[in-house]
Amino acid sequence: MREGSIAVVGDKDSVLAFKAIGLDVFPVEGEMQARETVHTLARTYSVIFVTEKVALQAETYIKRYKSRAYPVILPIPSAEGSMHLGLDGINANVEKAIGANVFVDGKED
Amino acid sequence: MAKLNVNPTRMELRRLKTRLKTATRGHKLLKDKSDEMIRRFMLYIRENKRLREEVEGELSGALKNFMLARAVSSDSVIEEAIAMPSTKVTLDVSSQNVMSVDVPVFEITKQEGSALYPYSFATVTGELDDAVASLSALLPKLLKLAEVEKTCNMLADEIERNRRRVNALEYVMIPQLEETIKYITMKLDENERGTITRLMKVKSMLENKQ
Repeated sequence: MREGSIAVVGDKDSVLAFKAIGLDVFPVEGEMQARETVHTLARTYSVIFVTEKVALQAETYIKRYKSRAYPVILPIPSAEGSMHLGLDGINANVEKAIGANVFVDGKED
Repeated sequence: MAKLNVNPTRMELRRLKTRLKTATRGHKLLKDKSDEMIRRFMLYIRENKRLREEVEGELSGALKNFMLARAVSSDSVIEEAIAMPSTKVTLDVSSQNVMSVDVPVFEITKQEGSALYPYSFATVTGELDDAVASLSALLPKLLKLAEVEKTCNMLADEIERNRRRVNALEYVMIPQLEETIKYITMKLDENERGTITRLMKVKSMLENKQ
């Protein structure tokens, strides 16, 4: 069983705040570092919060863990604001499962 | 639809009939499973959407507060203030079975430190307090979101996989089996008729001889 720790990966401005509440933070810069960090953390951490920018950069690695229970990799908005990556993911899931988007225009039916 | 490549014998016919029965039953079961999975998925995805919207709003607010705090004090002060966090959040991780999909479940086991704020109030401004307090309050929701979003991801995958199975049974397996069964039945009937005519012919030949 993997240990129940939480990691936060992202640009320094966004992740520093999480350090104050007791999460393990890993500030990254650039695409290579983002990928490598996510890749190594995925082996030990059970929950990894990544900023949306990092989520895009490390997409190939994150996809690999999509169908497994652990680790849970969750994109969160950064300090610069949200890119709506999370909501896009939700819509993609709905389309995959139902075959059509039932939340048209972001509203529930 | 192509029939299977088998010998038209009674034994084969019986075997295929059993297979058809199993396939039909499996198809019905999988279809029911798919319906139930979609029902569950809808529940989860609604919650997912609601949580996601809430978290994005609140998190942006908290992070903005933090940015503000960083703007007010110097970098070194902030970094020193939060360099040694007083709390350490760990999780009890386990998994739960939702429609034969193992989804993660967390339980927060917060190691209670002496205080939420790991710094002295004299050195930093109130903005940092606000940011830390709101972020700390947001953490359970964030983890719940992680849990629900992962569940949705996995359920969506499983629903898609299941749909493939149902379609393969419905449009390939079952028609193929039905076709082959029909072919064997016809062939056997034809053989039977062939035998009867041959017997009749032999009988009439024998009668003519006498």
